[in-house]
Amino acid sequence: MSTLPSPATALLEEFGPHLQYAPPSGFQTSLEPDKLVDTHCCFCGQGCGITLKVKDNEVIGFVPREDFPFNKGKLCPKGVKRYLQGGHTDRLLYPMRRTEDGFERITWDMALEETVTKIKQIQNKYGRDAFAMLSGVSLSTEKSYLVGKFARLALQTANLDYNGRLCMVSAGAGNKKAYGIDRSSNSWEDIVDAKVIFVIGANVAECAPITTDYIWRARDKGAKLIYADPRMVPMARTADLFLPLKPGTDSALLMSMLHVIIQEKLTDDAFIKNHTTGFEEVREAVKHAHPEWAEKLTGIPAFQIRQAARMYAEAPTGFILHARGLEHQTKGVDNVVSCANLALATGKIGKAGCGHSTITGQGNGQGGREHGHKCDQLPGNRDISNPEHRKYIASIWGCEETEIPGKGLSAQEIMNAIHAGEIKGLLSICFNPLVSLPDANFTREALEKLEHYSVIDFFLSETAQHADIVFPGSLHEEDEGTATTAEGRVIRIKAAVSPPGEAKLDWQVLLEIAKRLGRGQYFPYTSTEQIFNELRLASKGGTADYSGITWERLEQQQGMFWPVPQTTETGKNATRVEDLDTNHTGTPRLYENGRFYDPDGKAHFNAVQWREPAEVVDTKYPIWLTTGRVISQYLSGTQTRRIGPLVDMYPNPLVEMHPRLAQALNITDQQWITVQTRRGQLTLRASVVKTIRPDTIFIPYHWGGKQSANLLTNRALDPVSKIPEFKVCACDVRPATPEEILEGRNAELDANRLAPTKVFTDTELEARRQEVKR
Amino acid sequence: MIHLEYMERQTSTQTVPMVCMHCDNPTCAAVCPADAIKRTPDGVVQSALKERCIGCSNCVMACPFGVPRYYPEIDQMLKCDMCYDRTAYGLRPMCATVCPSEALFYGTLEEFEKRRGGTPVNQFQFGNQIITTKVFMVLPTGEMQLDMDVSAHMTDPTFHNDAFDHINPFDGLETYQTGAD
Repeated sequence: MSTLPSPATALLEEFGPHLQYAPPSGFQTSLEPDKLVDTHCCFCGQGCGITLKVKDNEVIGFVPREDFPFNKGKLCPKGVKRYLQGGHTDRLLYPMRRTEDGFERITWDMALEETVTKIKQIQNKYGRDAFAMLSGVSLSTEKSYLVGKFARLALQTANLDYNGRLCMVSAGAGNKKAYGIDRSSNSWEDIVDAKVIFVIGANVAECAPITTDYIWRARDKGAKLIYADPRMVPMARTADLFLPLKPGTDSALLMSMLHVIIQEKLTDDAFIKNHTTGFEEVREAVKHAHPEWAEKLTGIPAFQIRQAARMYAEAPTGFILHARGLEHQTKGVDNVVSCANLALATGKIGKAGCGHSTITGQGNGQGGREHGHKCDQLPGNRDISNPEHRKYIASIWGCEETEIPGKGLSAQEIMNAIHAGEIKGLLSICFNPLVSLPDANFTREALEKLEHYSVIDFFLSETAQHADIVFPGSLHEEDEGTATTAEGRVIRIKAAVSPPGEAKLDWQVLLEIAKRLGRGQYFPYTSTEQIFNELRLASKGGTADYSGITWERLEQQQGMFWPVPQTTETGKNATRVEDLDTNHTGTPRLYENGRFYDPDGKAHFNAVQWREPAEVVDTKYPIWLTTGRVISQYLSGTQTRRIGPLVDMYPNPLVEMHPRLAQALNITDQQWITVQTRRGQLTLRASVVKTIRPDTIFIPYHWGGKQSANLLTNRALDPVSKIPEFKVCACDVRPATPEEILEGRNAELDANRLAPTKVFTDTELEARRQEVKR
Repeated sequence: MIHLEYMERQTSTQTVPMVCMHCDNPTCAAVCPADAIKRTPDGVVQSALKERCIGCSNCVMACPFGVPRYYPEIDQMLKCDMCYDRTAYGLRPMCATVCPSEALFYGTLEEFEKRRGGTPVNQFQFGNQIITTKVFMVLPTGEMQLDMDVSAHMTDPTFHNDAFDHINPFDGLETYQTGAD
């Protein structure tokens, strides 16, 4: 059913991606903006402050926001060019229905009616869980909360999950196991006071650029930097100790470091005794993990593993940072708890300059993973299988506890179930699985099997092209709300403009569908703030407690660090928002004085056994493949592949390989090569660089179609977090055939289409001059 | 406008942002046949004046730092003017405001030295030409002069093939062999 309509080129011409270089009205720097709106960048989990310039309901530029404490005006290229997504020629402006030769414009009424009819048909025929929902954490916290409630009470399906499943769920699961709460242990200000910073599996300079400033400030004060990565990423270049880790061997390195720390008696025994449990099991589990053992697995010389262990353990304060590199593995959770074991064994947590944190990647990767649009979660980071938790949320939602479905499938499992024919219908928002899920050929097959697929989106993403009904939704700058940054800081997102054309705010679309499903009574909101206030109540008493936060406080205090719990008896027993108190000042640093969030108040060591990645190299596929990001692109590129200056920075994906590997394969720089795995093949140009292990190649994943790195990656999941193993699989590489090269070139042309232009007039010439000046 | 370039991508991820150095005696202005490049009294060398620039690219070729660029679509040279529209109002130039790593720093020499290491220099020798600039470049602590004449480095033992790469971390790693087994 959901096969692509019409020739793909027609879709490209109509919906892009086209590169936009200037706001549609051109650059008119002499004009005074109507207003300046203090809000945040949407293009990663750091949530940098930015001021948008607005004229005639259009974002026409930006000003760095030097008053915002996190970034103090600093921005990366994505932030600087963020305003160019406004008024984009590719923007979806009205609802559409898929026909055999493209998409036709229909009314909101028709679009809603068709979606609701299909939901009812599919659920009547196959059961409620046969209609699934996929969501994303670039949505505000309000929308994330609403999606969780919408899927459970309006769609009444258990099968809701989100693209955070491809992001940092391993860290979330690991954090809960070790510390009983899922948040960065500290505000980033604590990084500055660390004397050793250990970064593993995180390309900080490109994927969390502003975090660089915190690490550099620490180094200005004498901090040492240990960096473990298969590539010498920009920040690793100047590290005090660089560990060129083989993909998928993080836990071996971490276990071995702990082995050295225990053997050399560098542990903080008082901390272990007073504040933790499970150390003996871990000591036993790492007994065999000699550096010589780990050297064979990780490819890091044993003496460097010893050096890293000593540098980390002997420093008075230390901070561990990791991101997708370590988390996107079938042992993502093992890797995260292994980091926690290091922090706990040396007592480097809950103090100034000491911490352990994931660097959340998505715009609202933190806030979006707390309030119930995960398949196993209810608001306040509650557990959907816990009867007490269900009862409390039912009381807030005004429904029977039995009306809340149980635990559903995770994102990849939903796609597997669609492929297997068990799930027949899908509604998605803010998720582009065709680009972002592993094994894209499999994902495409699955989408083609759907009986009905509705999408809420602002651009027609690769996945949305498969939809039967497309609802035009809203951009970050078009709605009010909040997000929570990688630090755990809740920030206020402001609406700068209203949605163009017939596009609606995302939450209003969901409300309309709910109403037509006859479930409108649960969704009485008339503003985004009402959703936030309900969320405050729903999160009260959970680990992610937002009850003491108000929008007003966020604006006054430039954000607040959750948990912000109730401090008075009235507040603690409140059943109405009006009764909540707002006395608590927030929690920038967790675990102070060794108090952790599990009911026993202690942190937990978790013993880990070494496991190989799901797929390892062999004679047929002898090279490791790892994937990642570049600084100029965000996630699946739906937004950033449409912003001209960002595309120009890195227009097409390249395959990074070491000259020694290139020589062995008879490949030169910029040559077209074909990479093959058990799941698919991909033809791109080679970038022959010494900054990667000679047994590994790297491809950034932001592109779709024939440029998608996820044609190659493996669907294997972490047993606990269900995160796919994007970062490790086995591949083969060879020079491309002439036919493959032609295909590769055509894909490049498709990815670099200019927005339609005409001959420059004088004013446009001036506009171009202004843009070039920038 | 400034440029950001890789030094030598094949061996390192190091990038170099190139802003206009704002010379005391700007070569670009000296070679301009149309007298289109002006230096303000406060020492900022402006972009080419739109009504004077004839698009000849003399400045592009003459600048020892490679700063000016010619844009054919507007037939004009454009270069960094230290964001005169911002600095005139007491704001920092845009590049130094947004720079995530503070590799670009805008402030007085005293402010810089209070927080950061290294030796700031603003005098450069290109062959026989000595240039003094408003913008400082920071050398490793203790190094007093940056000689821009490459030939001056040729006998320097530190200038070997991997000069851009302070270590080669992948030395000694097992490399992949074709046709194994």
